[in-house]
Amino acid sequence: MMRRRILLAAVIGGVGLMSAALAQTPAVPAAGAVALHGAGATFPAPLYQKWIALYGKEHPAVHIDYQAVGSGEGIQRFLARSVDFGASDSAMSDQQLRQAKAGAVLVPTTGSILALAYNLPGVEGPLKLSRAVYTDIFLGKIRHWDDPRIQELNPELKLPKQVITLVARQDSSGTTYAMSNHLSAASEEWRRGPGTGNVISWPSVTMTARGNEGVAGRIKRSWGSFGYVEHGYAKRLGLPVIHLQNKAGRYVAPSFESGRATLAANVGQMPADLRLFLPDPDGEEAYPLISLTWLLLYDHYPDAAKSAALKGFVSWALSEGQRHSEAEGYIPLTDSVATLARAAVERVR
Amino acid sequence: MASVSFEQLKRSDSVSGPPSSGDYTLDRGFRAVAWASAALILVLVAYIVLEIGGKAMPAISQYGLGFLTTTEWNVQAERFGILPQIWGTLYSSLLALLLGGLFGIAIAIFLTQDFLPPRLAAVFRTIIELLAAIPSVVFGLWGIYVLIPLLRPVANWLHDVAGGIPFFSTSLSGPGLAPAALVLAIMILPTVASISVDALRQIPYKVKEAAYGMGTTRWEAILKVMLPTAASGILAALVLGFGRALGETMALAMLIGNSNQISLSLFAPANTLAALLASSFPEAGQVEIRALMYAALALLAITLIVNAVGLAVMKFATRKFEAER
Repeated sequence: MMRRRILLAAVIGGVGLMSAALAQTPAVPAAGAVALHGAGATFPAPLYQKWIALYGKEHPAVHIDYQAVGSGEGIQRFLARSVDFGASDSAMSDQQLRQAKAGAVLVPTTGSILALAYNLPGVEGPLKLSRAVYTDIFLGKIRHWDDPRIQELNPELKLPKQVITLVARQDSSGTTYAMSNHLSAASEEWRRGPGTGNVISWPSVTMTARGNEGVAGRIKRSWGSFGYVEHGYAKRLGLPVIHLQNKAGRYVAPSFESGRATLAANVGQMPADLRLFLPDPDGEEAYPLISLTWLLLYDHYPDAAKSAALKGFVSWALSEGQRHSEAEGYIPLTDSVATLARAAVERVR
Repeated sequence: MASVSFEQLKRSDSVSGPPSSGDYTLDRGFRAVAWASAALILVLVAYIVLEIGGKAMPAISQYGLGFLTTTEWNVQAERFGILPQIWGTLYSSLLALLLGGLFGIAIAIFLTQDFLPPRLAAVFRTIIELLAAIPSVVFGLWGIYVLIPLLRPVANWLHDVAGGIPFFSTSLSGPGLAPAALVLAIMILPTVASISVDALRQIPYKVKEAAYGMGTTRWEAILKVMLPTAASGILAALVLGFGRALGETMALAMLIGNSNQISLSLFAPANTLAALLASSFPEAGQVEIRALMYAALALLAITLIVNAVGLAVMKFATRKFEAER
């Protein structure tokens, strides 16, 4: 009797679980539904996920998925045509554009700033670093937090005698590109040494981690660590960020306002192919580490429904979508750039 | 006594009859299956080596032996070297073997040499074997959230006090060699302990009684009679434990810090071959995959060499301590 009752309970429980699971799975795609697959940068991934969720609510017939695998892999998959769209924070190089047999339309979608995040228990208050000092930290020349050159810039802080543990990206990454591009612009020695790229030979003591989330998590868990991440990731984990010295010599904190002002002051340089890099932006209040991020679309899609759905989504992201950037910690495109980007989307067939 | 012919016996259904043709077939069949299983293992190992070797061939001819002695892993510049990973693999495994081996053998002695009532010893043995059932990712998480915060103050105190000693020359920031080696030691503990227990239990009880009869103390009997007699089994336990430590992946990828440096410091982040493979394969391009295959081949070679050396040592120990067999 007892055993039978248990069996009955198990059956009822199982049925309950199953129906719960069924209720949670999204509705089966209706006829005429379109599925779009994308992959690439981790930097804008939280914003893209948000856009996809919002757009999906309004357009249930369009199913979009985005895999945050890093810009380098995003470009590779885009070139291999294994996705419907790619995403990259380093756009595409001239050589990669030549390899794109199916053509490539680069659409800037949002801007963002990089933060140099750190983890120093017991150190309160903003830490300031000059251009020469943070370059030398990345070069592995300054090895301790209580180095006189750091202390000199922050006389009010009591810095611990701790090794600086650099944290960098392991995978091929557009965030690394933006960071190294800035260091090359700021330092002659960096340009001749490690240079600019999606992968950099960091000093051998550097810890490496996968994706922006990996770097941010590693910094969160390691004392004395120091690394570069997209600003939103640092904010979400509550990591303290460094006030950086800009080209004009001022110390600027990474924030939505400083990022927007920097972008607005520098978009005038936007080239026709929309590949605008700002390795060392101008302006009194400019924050030095800023980057745009791009969606990579093909010139022509054989499936007309797919092409229409993709254009619909990207155009929406460039107009409606921009209103959600700030809440996710990104910097919306200026109106002029958004207009140029929408015009680029219209070229896709 | 009436003689019964062989033929008669064969026909009768007596149990003592000669084997029937069915028995012969069964015997032959079983023998064939046993042979095939043994041969399959050899074929499988050969196939794995050939497959990895074949895929690594382009990298081997391109980078040569320099691959094993250089320190940079840069996909963009297509420069690959795995010396730091080889160093990290051997260093972390040796540390783990030192700790895990010591504790494993100590536990084996404690459980077999009448320190505990037999029932209690059986309970302890089960608990230690349960350690082997914990998934390695759980060990990794435990290392990150429990072990590292516990270890950090101790490590940083050691660095402050004895920073001059190369082993303590850096502070522990988080992931690093020390937490990785400690977790690795715990992971190989059940292997070492349970095989050592079996080795010690195989010694007939009268050996110990004879030792006592000659007037040894308990510890003299354990250290001078029991351990040498079980030496080959205990060495086998250590070799297996070391092999497990060399190949351990997930927990190490989470704890060791992925830093391509060669440092004696116990608190510096490092990297291992298995961790490199695990963390780089998912999105490696074609060129990197070849280099990773070469690295996998190097790991395989290290494991084979360790096992061969272990076997040689075991043979030597058998000859020395247990009469020739």
